[in-house]
Amino acid sequence: MSVFKLNVNGQSVSVDVADDTPLLWVLRDHLNLTGTKYGCGITACGACMVHVNGTATKSCTLPVSVIGNGKIVTIEGLSKNGDHPVQKAWDTVDVPQCGYCQAGQIMTAAALLNKKPNPSDKDIAEAMNGNICRCGTYHRIKDAVKLASKSMKK
Amino acid sequence: MTSNTLIPNTNRRQFLKTSAIASSGLVLSFQLLGKEKDEQGNLINKEEGEGVVFNSYLTINPDGTATIYSPNPETGQGIKTAFPMIVAEELDMDWNKIKVVQAPLDTKRFERQVAGGSRSTPHSWKRLREAGATAKYMLLQAAAHTWNVPAAELTTANGKINHKASGRSEHYGKFVMEAKNIEIPKEIKLKDPSEFHTIGRFVKAVDNNEVFTGKSIYGMDYSRPDMVNAMIVRPPAFGLKFKSVNSEAIKAMPGIIDVVPFANKVAIVGKTNWEIMKAKRAIKVEWESTKELESTELHNKILTDMITSGKMDVKRSEGDVEAAFKSAHKIIESEFQCPFIPHNAMEPMNFFAHVKENSAELAGPSQNPESARNQVAKLLNLPQENVTVELTKLGGGFGRRLNSDFALEAAELSKLIQKPVKVSWSREDDMTAGIYRPACKYKFKAAIDSKGNMIAYQVRAAGMNSGNPNRENNFPVGAIGNVLMEALDYKSDVTTGPWRAPITNFLAGAEQIFLDEVAEAGGKDPVTQRLEWVAAAKANPVGKVLYEPDRFKNVIDLVAEKSEWFKKKKGVFKGFSTYFAHSTYVAMVAEVVKNKGTAELKKVYVAVDCGILINPSGALNQIVGSVVDGLGHAMFARLTFKDGAAEQNNFDSFRLIRFSEIPEVEVHFFKSNVDPTGLGEPGIPPVSGAVSNAFYKATGVRMRNQPFIDYIDDLKSGNGKKEMMG
Repeated sequence: MSVFKLNVNGQSVSVDVADDTPLLWVLRDHLNLTGTKYGCGITACGACMVHVNGTATKSCTLPVSVIGNGKIVTIEGLSKNGDHPVQKAWDTVDVPQCGYCQAGQIMTAAALLNKKPNPSDKDIAEAMNGNICRCGTYHRIKDAVKLASKSMKK
Repeated sequence: MTSNTLIPNTNRRQFLKTSAIASSGLVLSFQLLGKEKDEQGNLINKEEGEGVVFNSYLTINPDGTATIYSPNPETGQGIKTAFPMIVAEELDMDWNKIKVVQAPLDTKRFERQVAGGSRSTPHSWKRLREAGATAKYMLLQAAAHTWNVPAAELTTANGKINHKASGRSEHYGKFVMEAKNIEIPKEIKLKDPSEFHTIGRFVKAVDNNEVFTGKSIYGMDYSRPDMVNAMIVRPPAFGLKFKSVNSEAIKAMPGIIDVVPFANKVAIVGKTNWEIMKAKRAIKVEWESTKELESTELHNKILTDMITSGKMDVKRSEGDVEAAFKSAHKIIESEFQCPFIPHNAMEPMNFFAHVKENSAELAGPSQNPESARNQVAKLLNLPQENVTVELTKLGGGFGRRLNSDFALEAAELSKLIQKPVKVSWSREDDMTAGIYRPACKYKFKAAIDSKGNMIAYQVRAAGMNSGNPNRENNFPVGAIGNVLMEALDYKSDVTTGPWRAPITNFLAGAEQIFLDEVAEAGGKDPVTQRLEWVAAAKANPVGKVLYEPDRFKNVIDLVAEKSEWFKKKKGVFKGFSTYFAHSTYVAMVAEVVKNKGTAELKKVYVAVDCGILINPSGALNQIVGSVVDGLGHAMFARLTFKDGAAEQNNFDSFRLIRFSEIPEVEVHFFKSNVDPTGLGEPGIPPVSGAVSNAFYKATGVRMRNQPFIDYIDDLKSGNGKKEMMG
């Protein structure tokens, strides 16, 4: 067990956990940030997506010991009032069914649009392909990413 | 007590005491609503606040807002939004002033708190409308008394009561206290669908904001301050028995509280999930086999033997099939097979249980909390009323959460360790521990006369723990004179359960591919052929016909029109299918183009008749999602077994459809004023048939077995010729 100081959603926090504890479980079991989901534990589904220094990162296999002072943003910290353009677009399009994967989808989309404000269809497909939606809401995810991209240009 | 006695006001809560409306059981005595007792010994509900409880579904607050309780589990099918819309419609309530609350399991207050079979909407449609209409009636009477005007002069809109003559207008909250004195009407008039203002509107899911900010509490996110966590080591193969475990070594690991063998499995109890996962990797459990372990090879052999020579149960028989085959101009036969597949809800199974001396509290994601409660009560030998079930949000269900195995094991473990515990499954547990869609095999046979008409239709169905693997009343049964429908089930060690659109999720595709073959053999266009059968079932129904031929025709015509079925499109190959299941009619046209020696799916047109459309946004989401789900599983899903164990255990080896693999989907709803039917499942069955039929047009290969990807891989590697010849 070691104490790790982390920067999560703009706040400095410390946790006392084993070095190999994945960030996902630090967030969920130690920091009570349960918006980031467990889906597969092998980085195959994207339900655990967070931002580390602005990059979309699957947190389920990322050991807490390698994060250092990297800035972690989770779905809870993406915006203050749930009004990030991606969150707003997700609402307008009414994307979710069960909703379990959607935090991960939103985090992936937000990181994509941050890097590429005008993504091509191919860019969107490449970015979103790592996130599984078992309910099959991909069509609406596509619409919402495009809507968010449009609204961010204004 | 009379039907509208006011209970003394205690704790500043106001309740309406009523007896049930006999017809619907809708308006219940409020004492049934709560869990706690007030000073008078009356049960109260903490959530009701200061509002007036009108019925099981509805509380209206003095400030003019309303709380609507959604009784059924929300699995993503949209019920938590659609049900309150129905209440709000008849109540004439402003949608923005409604708070929707997930109701806990309460069998005295609600009926059928189940998410399954696409039955929730048809079951509750009238009850929910009466809930809204009754409350509106009472508010109107209350306003009439208060203002001393005839109720007939009053109108309602957006949660307000208006009196045109005097220009008065007040929100419902002003009349709730007076409404308590109004007698509940014995009969209530419901709106004509032409008056609907909320039903039929694009309404966004009520949980959106919580979902998008990470605040939703799924079972995986549920916790109690004094709770411990647990994961379970299950037999690594079906048919194995527990022998021993290295408990002491595991208990010495950091964060591990206990190691508990029970019910042919071993629980690891600990503080945090990662510590438990590490212990799960380190644990050494010995299992023993007492019989031959099953494999996919064995399953295939058994299924083949069953449809080839097994004596089956006759499910439906009409005319003289044998004679018809003897006199046939042409006979065609085809076989179809599907593998076991897991449900793979994104949220793995989990449940919380706190078993005490004489009671148990359960919480978690269940599609059938009543069944979970009853089974746990039986297991623990407790009265049902001493077992409570709190419903969390469900990260998908697809039928998996109709089973209560996860609730039972949590309860059993909590009793053993005498602690509140949440049992979480890993993805590997979820994918390998069973309750799968059953593996099935079918043999179809048709006799065709010299005019190209099908004169006999036979389906032999074999399944593994499938219950009845046939659906003997399915179209075109009812239109054909000679019919023989048979079925046989095999008891396998591999456990199964309902999987979204049980049996028909594969059987429908088999039927629709075979009917395409029948049409082709008879020299008929597939759509024209279906319309002929629909017309025959209407004119001269043979035996029991469960579908309405006219409604079938509506969706077939609609999809043919929207997809321009009868027009040729250059380079585009089309496949058709249509299906009636869960009381809903669906027809689909798939379009593919040739690509790299095989074919690529471009677009799926869908026509749906589900009666009145409650929430177009939710409905569309269900149908488009069903196309993606049906396509993805038909294309990729395969679980194979070796030595009793599933060989795929996570999303690296088990392929689910992804973002880049979806076709364009265009959905049309048939406009109808018929009472609404469910949409959670009906979009699934027709997908694979339409896709396979289009694929055949482009490649000459009939994809009959799932997963389809095998045919595509074969064609890409140049081995498809063999299949084309066959």
